[in-house]
Amino acid sequence: MRKLLVYLKHYKKETVLAPLFKMLEACFELFVPLVMAAIIDKGIGGADTGFALRMGGLLVALGVIGLGCSITAQYYAAKAAVGFATELKHALFEHLQGLSYTEIDTLGTSTMITRMTADVNQAQNGVNMVLRLFLRSPFIVFGAMVMAFTIDVRAALIFVVTIPLLSVVVFGIMMLTMPLYKKVQSGLDSVLSATRENLTGARVIRAFNKEREEIGAFEEKTAALAHMQLFVGKLSALTNPVTYIIVNVATMVLLYTGAVRVDEGTITQGQVVALVNYMSQILVELVKLANLIITITKALACANRIQAVFEIRSGMVWRESPAEQTAGQSGSPFAGDGGAQSEGETGQPYILEFDHVGLTYAGAGGETLTNIDFRVKRGQTVGIIGGTGSGKTSLVNLIPRFYDATVGSVRIDGRDVREYGKEELREKVRVVPQRAVLFQGTIRENLRWGRKDATDEELWRAIKTAQAGEFVEQKPGKLDFAITQDGKNLSGGQRQRLTIARALVGDPEILIMDDSTSALDYATDAALRRAIHGMEGDRTVFIVSQRTASIRFADQIIVLDDGEAVDIGTHDELLARCGVYQEIYYSQYPKTEGGTAS
Amino acid sequence: MRQENRGGQKETVLKVLQYIKKYRIYLVLSVLMAALTVTLTLYLPVLTGRVIDLIIDRGMVDFPGVFRILRKMGIAIALTAAAQWIMSVCNNKMAYRIVQDVRNEAFRKIEILPLKYIDEHSHGEVVSRVIADVDQFSDGLLMGFTQFFTGVITILGTLGFMLSVNVWITGVVVLITPLSFLVASFIAKKTYRMFRLQSGTRGEQTALIEEMIGNQKVVQAFSHEDEAMKKFDEINARLADCSLKAIFYSSITNPATRFVNNLVYAGVAVTGAVYAIRGGISVGQLSCFLTYANQYTKPFNEISGVVTELQNAIACAARIFALIEEEPQIPDAADAAVLTDVDGRVELEHVNFSYVPDRKLITDFNLSVQAGQRVAIVGPTGCGKTTVINLLMRFYDAQSGKICVDGADIRDVTRNSLRLSYGMVLQETWLKAGTIRENIAMGKPEAAEEEIIAAAKLSHAHSFIKRMPKGYDTVIGEDGGNLSQGQKQLLCIARVMLCLPPMLILDEATSSIDTRTEIRIQKAFATMMQGRTSFIVAHRLSTIREADVILVMRDGNVIEQGNHETLLAKGGFYANLYNSQFAPSSL
Repeated sequence: MRKLLVYLKHYKKETVLAPLFKMLEACFELFVPLVMAAIIDKGIGGADTGFALRMGGLLVALGVIGLGCSITAQYYAAKAAVGFATELKHALFEHLQGLSYTEIDTLGTSTMITRMTADVNQAQNGVNMVLRLFLRSPFIVFGAMVMAFTIDVRAALIFVVTIPLLSVVVFGIMMLTMPLYKKVQSGLDSVLSATRENLTGARVIRAFNKEREEIGAFEEKTAALAHMQLFVGKLSALTNPVTYIIVNVATMVLLYTGAVRVDEGTITQGQVVALVNYMSQILVELVKLANLIITITKALACANRIQAVFEIRSGMVWRESPAEQTAGQSGSPFAGDGGAQSEGETGQPYILEFDHVGLTYAGAGGETLTNIDFRVKRGQTVGIIGGTGSGKTSLVNLIPRFYDATVGSVRIDGRDVREYGKEELREKVRVVPQRAVLFQGTIRENLRWGRKDATDEELWRAIKTAQAGEFVEQKPGKLDFAITQDGKNLSGGQRQRLTIARALVGDPEILIMDDSTSALDYATDAALRRAIHGMEGDRTVFIVSQRTASIRFADQIIVLDDGEAVDIGTHDELLARCGVYQEIYYSQYPKTEGGTAS
Repeated sequence: MRQENRGGQKETVLKVLQYIKKYRIYLVLSVLMAALTVTLTLYLPVLTGRVIDLIIDRGMVDFPGVFRILRKMGIAIALTAAAQWIMSVCNNKMAYRIVQDVRNEAFRKIEILPLKYIDEHSHGEVVSRVIADVDQFSDGLLMGFTQFFTGVITILGTLGFMLSVNVWITGVVVLITPLSFLVASFIAKKTYRMFRLQSGTRGEQTALIEEMIGNQKVVQAFSHEDEAMKKFDEINARLADCSLKAIFYSSITNPATRFVNNLVYAGVAVTGAVYAIRGGISVGQLSCFLTYANQYTKPFNEISGVVTELQNAIACAARIFALIEEEPQIPDAADAAVLTDVDGRVELEHVNFSYVPDRKLITDFNLSVQAGQRVAIVGPTGCGKTTVINLLMRFYDAQSGKICVDGADIRDVTRNSLRLSYGMVLQETWLKAGTIRENIAMGKPEAAEEEIIAAAKLSHAHSFIKRMPKGYDTVIGEDGGNLSQGQKQLLCIARVMLCLPPMLILDEATSSIDTRTEIRIQKAFATMMQGRTSFIVAHRLSTIREADVILVMRDGNVIEQGNHETLLAKGGFYANLYNSQFAPSSL
């Protein structure tokens, strides 16, 4: 939490003034019983109606000043809390955006979203409450005691005993019940997940005749929950009666002491009334304080979770600016035009090289990729095929440096990918991810993610290449067609084609399609491949697929099995010699058909 | 409309009373204790006032009198505390037990609801009825009731006590207090708009966060971070602005009502003092009045809160009762037979079925499957292949016609025995939260370790299970949690492998298992299907070709039926489908 406090630094004034004004208000509140004592002793005792009226006026004045102070305090508290949350959210958003894929995987998106929303709101609420109340309540409690001392030391000693006693009871019961309430919550969570499970799994549960067992298990859960709730309930139900007893017994003692002191002539009747009033103020404030502590505990927990996210540092260091010698070339979006030229410049025959690359994900037991070694010439098409979990996506993710190879190196144009600037590299290499993600906004806005200043003409070219021309033409507004969140108003195949178009807009040198045509039918898939092949410039294309049909015409096919490249070659070579490839191929083309097709 | 609404509310309250009936003793006790608590709490300031009146000045203290009243106070305090505690415990008992009863009843209903209901309702919504609505209902209705009750007694009691002491000072209190509500409702109205704006803007921001943070990888791949940040900051600034207003204006409520309270206090002090000077009341009575003046507005604020809460609670109760009263599936007939030793003959005669009455789906569907035959169901995605499964398993009942297993109409046999005769592997994998072992042994909890491992091996799940941290005892979270889709499918297959019923329903799970694993599973399926009647929602050409009967479905209806050769020869929809999907590409 402490580290998050820097986000209050622009609100120093507010942070100081809010509690200050709150304390001022509390001061005025503490005067009220004294004024009342004066009314009783001098007004009533001295039968002075004028005095009583003047004092009444004073009470109203105290109220007005109190109101003013309090409103001022609320304003500063709100301003500081909102300002805090705003800056915190900005910083957190920026921080999250700077994390690399590895940290995104470890954190998980839902965690990141919760931190940004619910947790920040809780923290904001905490700051607001602390500024408003955290000083006020203790101040009134101790203020009441101090005021009691100014009236009579012996009577005030009763306060000295009562306050700690009350605190022990109020906070003790709170401390005892807080962990128990957590248990209640987890009990409720288990009831909730049982309910959900029985809805989502209704078919399976009924197919296996598990209804009776499920009801039994559920009733055990609700019984356990009720038992827990009743137990906690009994404990926390003690708070009210016990504090009631303490405060009122203290009042009784106070009355007795008052009686003795008045009899001695040390204090007056009005002062006894004032003392009784102070006593009743204490309880109200202590209860408020206890509630406040619950809010603060929650807010602190949230703040600590947020803090933990801030402490995650991106494990990937990027070069600040692209290296000098190639800066000019890579800056041009049409670098792909002159394959031969760039080859001459860099003296590299290969656009991409994997040099004995291995990859172990953070926290994983073993290597996901082992000793991957291959070279790709500019303009080639590379197919990658293999079973689920064989490392296809992991392999292509190394090219735009979504992850860093843990062994060996990946080079583009002879330069290690780690030597590139972030934007430079990602403009060179575009990925069409497996999951077709589009964003809320028009088709134009979505496609311009590929290049910010692309003209409509360029967008259309990409759309046509991606075989999306026909349906985009039919959409109302065409490029201005508004895509809803998650692209829900488009079909799966349409989304896929648009994500392909988006990658094409940047006119990348290397295009990676990670199983991104799965929702397209055969003919469209083929037309798409032909269109990409026919685009201007020597584009290097990676196609990841489970369908042999999608990759069989690639210049080289990498067959992955359990993270290793078992073979690399053309379709015909692989069909002739690679067992894994044959197995995949014949699973899709049973031998009779396969024979005629090849 | 409103009339109807009120009638509904009344009905709901009557139903709530039914649940309370079982615990009425707690209710009676709670009400009695509440009345006692309130009376004594109000009586205490009176006693305090009397003591003060006995402490007049130096040498003018009536000590025996003071002791007498203090003793009374002591008894009152002890009684109040005890009554308070008993009241809370009674309320808790009533509330939590009723919650438990309602939830159990709702859950029992869920287990016998027709699948139609479960399919048509969002699960999140049903869950929220069972969890959130029930909690709201108990908090609002039961706690709200006691709060309302004590609130009303407090107000009446305070008024009574005050009136009995002095009419005019009471008048001052009664006149100034409404100011507090005026102020509060004025602020509430003003802030409502701000709060709406705040929640709208917050929603906008959350949507952006979900989009950008949720798809962080894409954002980074296209170096879109700066734009995202810019957009975020723009919303953030707007949110800061309306949040500040909403929070500030709403936080004025407390100081403002406190101020009105102070006015009441000052008014009582002055009028009280004036009366006291004239000898109308004593100092002790004035002090008692001041205590009341401090407390008087509190129950009003509580009650106004309670009323909205009560209405909300009744709405929640109505939702949960709607679930509980939902029409259950038609129960098994009393004389329903138990299917045993099924051969696997399945006949469908003139079956008509549709999910919605006015949209016909399956019409006059006839099918006769011999024991041990394979039936492949094919068709484009979304053609209603699962409808057939729904009918066979009796998740849904046909509107007319009949379905027979071994010659017995499935409506004349128990659902249990019918469903146990089928082994089912669906494409939407569903696993229970629990260990892997528990999941595989779902259909046969008494299965021995070796049987479980054998089933896992047959379905190619053994090797990945072995690699998990605790092997077969690894706990998987709700709905499979950390397993990949493919692994989940393998577990579902293992689950059926273990029991091997005489008939099978297989939804060929191709989507997330790679082709090599698929081939192995295919082989396992083949062994499994040996001699068993099987219905397969098929995608693989080999499966389709080997089937004895192919059902071709389109738009929910079975349009062609026959084996591969006859259907191809027919040159209909199947032939088209086959040529477009499975014939090798010419590229």
